[in-house]
Amino acid sequence: MTDQTASANMRAGSMTLSLMPWIVAALVLVLLPQIFTANSAITIMNQMAITIIFALAYNMLLGQGGMLSFGHAVYMGVGGFACVHIMNMDDFFASIPLVVLPIFGGLFGMGLATIVGSFSTRKAGTVFAMISLGVGELIAACSVIIVAFFGGEEGISGDRTYAMPTFGVEFLQQIEVYYLIAFWLLISAALMYLFSRTPVGRMANAVRDNPERAEFLGYSARWVRFYSFVASGFFAGIAGGLFAINYEILTEENLNATSSGTILLVTFLGGVGFFFGPILGAIAFTLLQTVLSLETELWAFYAGALFVATVMYFPGGLAGLIMMHVPAIRLGKGSRLILPYIRTLVPAAICILGAAALIEMIFHYRHAFAGDEEMTLFWITFNSHDVLPWIVAVGLTLAGFFTARATAPALLEAWGDANTPDRMQV
Amino acid sequence: MDLVLVNLIDGLVTGLLLFMLSAGLTLIFSMMGVLNFAHASFYMLGAYFAYQISLAFGFWMGLLIAPIMVGLLGAGVERYGLRRVHQYGHVPELIFTFGLALLIEEVVQFIWGKNQMAYDIPEVLQFTAFSIAGNSIPAYKIFMIFISIAIFIGLLYVLTRTRIGMIIQAALSYPRTVEALGHNVPLIFMGVFGVGTALAGVAGVIAGPVLGTFPGMAFVLGSIVFVTIVIGGLGSLWGALVASLLIGWLTTFSKAYNLRMEDFLTFIGFSRPDPIWDSAWRDLWTITSPQVADILPYILMILILIFRPYGLFGKRDV
Repeated sequence: MTDQTASANMRAGSMTLSLMPWIVAALVLVLLPQIFTANSAITIMNQMAITIIFALAYNMLLGQGGMLSFGHAVYMGVGGFACVHIMNMDDFFASIPLVVLPIFGGLFGMGLATIVGSFSTRKAGTVFAMISLGVGELIAACSVIIVAFFGGEEGISGDRTYAMPTFGVEFLQQIEVYYLIAFWLLISAALMYLFSRTPVGRMANAVRDNPERAEFLGYSARWVRFYSFVASGFFAGIAGGLFAINYEILTEENLNATSSGTILLVTFLGGVGFFFGPILGAIAFTLLQTVLSLETELWAFYAGALFVATVMYFPGGLAGLIMMHVPAIRLGKGSRLILPYIRTLVPAAICILGAAALIEMIFHYRHAFAGDEEMTLFWITFNSHDVLPWIVAVGLTLAGFFTARATAPALLEAWGDANTPDRMQV
Repeated sequence: MDLVLVNLIDGLVTGLLLFMLSAGLTLIFSMMGVLNFAHASFYMLGAYFAYQISLAFGFWMGLLIAPIMVGLLGAGVERYGLRRVHQYGHVPELIFTFGLALLIEEVVQFIWGKNQMAYDIPEVLQFTAFSIAGNSIPAYKIFMIFISIAIFIGLLYVLTRTRIGMIIQAALSYPRTVEALGHNVPLIFMGVFGVGTALAGVAGVIAGPVLGTFPGMAFVLGSIVFVTIVIGGLGSLWGALVASLLIGWLTTFSKAYNLRMEDFLTFIGFSRPDPIWDSAWRDLWTITSPQVADILPYILMILILIFRPYGLFGKRDV
């Protein structure tokens, strides 16, 4: 009963309800540089925003269209390369404001996606994945052959400040670039969201779930996939254009399989089932990449382990984890989960940190230069050849593990309790 | 002519090595419908395990034990990883194996570091088998050829002539019926996955000394193996063999003979723009066949997927 009224409310006030998150997002984007003023923070935020757009574009395929691509970096890369070439066309570039440059990137990404999509979207699933892999490898390999466009191994670079000043802004400073990227982030995220609400976007979901049935309804699964693919290529190209503006250089690295794999990782980590999933994924992954890589050489190892664990245990990703709690909160029983969560997750966190410490110590023990026996971990400096740190780390790991295992049944019970409506209300 | 022979042998070695990887992969695919992205990673593990064992017990023990270890690991991955992910569908399975490939590479770097290992050809095989017009053919290459052919024949025999092979073939097409007849299909799946990865392990053991044992070795071969089984037709053992040899010879020959695009373009009647470095087509004019050798398989795969989606020998659509 309460459920129905709630959904009716949502429908009635859908305009205001769906506008709210966007207004909040815009405010956050405007305010963020006021809070994090350091240059490094702005650099991270720029990277984050570009990754968000790219991940959202990627999720148009993976999450909304059910197409797994192993070569999506190509569309972003080609958009970016095109933008750098435009930057180097002195006369033309001086006649356009920098703000519109990403559109050209988008158009080039879309153009390539139209060509590739014309034959790759015939089938979803494995065929699509294989063709995307092949095309991705092909274009990445071409980057060292077609030097005129891709610039060979050193890539190509440009200078964004030669553009026509926009309202007197020449984009000399990082912060100005940040606002440009934030502007495009908001616009493209909104457009991608709106795309997912159009009939084509809806049909993409239908084709993902059951292409045969969609065909019986009179829709060509192939064309529906093609439209999603082209749209995704466009937004990937916009991300590429922003990358070109932010870094002013593009290399083979922007096209290769590693970049394509990374975006899959980002998107899946965030959760493919919800529109905001890739946003969370991009934020989490960029933080992991920039912050964790300062702390440890092994960050890619942790990222890989996290990824595999996500696929195995939480296929919904971060967004799925968050949305799992919606029913409990709607029942008004979300607060009952807090204590059991603390009881289980804190020991679990200790266990994971302990294990990470062990891994770091083994790594240091094996790979540090001879004689270098001091290492710093969690702000503590100790000798990695002593016995005591090892005992502490093993002890913490085991203690955390067994405590978490002991409290897990209670958490499960609390979870079941929080998700069943109380008898009184029914 | 002599050079042709040398290249034929080189291409054969590359092709048969590819075949050992693609045979397992195609078997796993036809059985479980999942393309194992981590297949080349098991090949890498084979090389590293064999290196570690060869330090203590020598090359031959490595050749014997490392594939078994890799196979057990593969079976474990199937039992505790893939089977779990299987319930979510094919795309998460693909993503899982992709993540596994990343993870294995990181683990290898964690344990053995980033440098190439000093994993060498055993001394018994360090001699020249014979030479063709001054080009010496090392005995190890002949050894590689024999091992791969022996494995192919063994595999073919097991699959077509033994009871277990019959059950596997039946389980490929009608898993439910086979299960109803009292066979343990999940166990068969696990076994096939284990054997497939063990084959990749063998390939790693014998390729490690020649191609180098380093953390990127899986990445170098990984996507080519996919290309191979797609060209050959997913699920077809013969297709995998033909496609492997095709790719082996294609890349070897285009690397050995320096065919220039310039000659071709002049031959069909275009004239060379002058000066060449100012022309928009300069990259097209300066392409040579060794340059494009590594991307030829990808072009071939895309053409195959467009015009003949079930591959050269495949019976069903991918």
